[in-house]
Amino acid sequence: MAGRVSIQTEDFNLAVEVQALRKDDKRVGAVCTFTGTVRDRNDGLNVSSMELEHYPGMTEKAIEAMIDDALNRFDIFGVRVVHRVGLLQPLDQVVMVAVTSAHRGESFRACEFLMDYLKTQAPFWKKEQTPEGARWVDARVTDDAALAKWGIELKNS
Amino acid sequence: MRVTIKYFASIREAIGRASEQRETAATSLAGLRDELLAAGPAYACLGRGRAVRMALGQMMSDESALLAPDSEVAFFPPVTGG
Repeated sequence: MAGRVSIQTEDFNLAVEVQALRKDDKRVGAVCTFTGTVRDRNDGLNVSSMELEHYPGMTEKAIEAMIDDALNRFDIFGVRVVHRVGLLQPLDQVVMVAVTSAHRGESFRACEFLMDYLKTQAPFWKKEQTPEGARWVDARVTDDAALAKWGIELKNS
Repeated sequence: MRVTIKYFASIREAIGRASEQRETAATSLAGLRDELLAAGPAYACLGRGRAVRMALGQMMSDESALLAPDSEVAFFPPVTGG
C-alpha cells in the first residue's frame, strides 16, 4: 500500500492511483485529480527536455504537511500526490494530485489548494534544455499570488 | 559547532558541491550566510539581494532561524516544481 506521497523517477498511472485512493470507501462521491505535464515551450523558447531535482527528505515532509493542512481546511477523505524527478521529455507526466470527498466542491478546492501550495513551497527545481542551452526555470510571482488567495502569505519567487 | 549544509539547483552548481560539513561560530542562518559569503567568491551566489531560500532541519526557514549543533541547513533558489 503506497503512502500519501511518492517522489519517483518512474511514470505513474492515474487510474491505478485513483482506484487505490477510493478503495472500498463508500463515503466518496467525488474524486478530483490534477495532472501536470511537460510542455515543449516555456518563456519564449522551445524545450527539448527537463531535469527535475528535489531535496530528498524535505520534499516528502513538506508535501505531507500540506496534505495535513488540506485535511484540516476541507471536508475531504483522502489525498494522493505523486511527483516525478529526473530527466523528462515534453508530453511526459510530471505531477498528479488526487482528492476524494463526498461532494465535488471540497475536492475541487483541496486539489487546487494542494497544487498552489506545492508550486511555491515544495523543494523541487526544473532545468530546461533549450536551443540556447540549459537554463533553470524561474519562479513565478503569479504562483505566490495563487497561494495568497488561500490566506497563506509566503514568498517564493 | 558543526553543521551540515546542503545546496541545490543553481546554487549547488555555482558553489560546486552538493553539501559540506562546516565548523561555524554563527548562531543563526543569517550569521552562517555571512560566514560563507566571506569564505570565497564561490559563495557570491548567496549574496544579499540574490533570490536565496533557506531551510533548517528540512523546514523552510528565514534568516532569523537559530542553529543548533549538527543542524542540517540548506540554501537553494526559489522552488519551481509542479
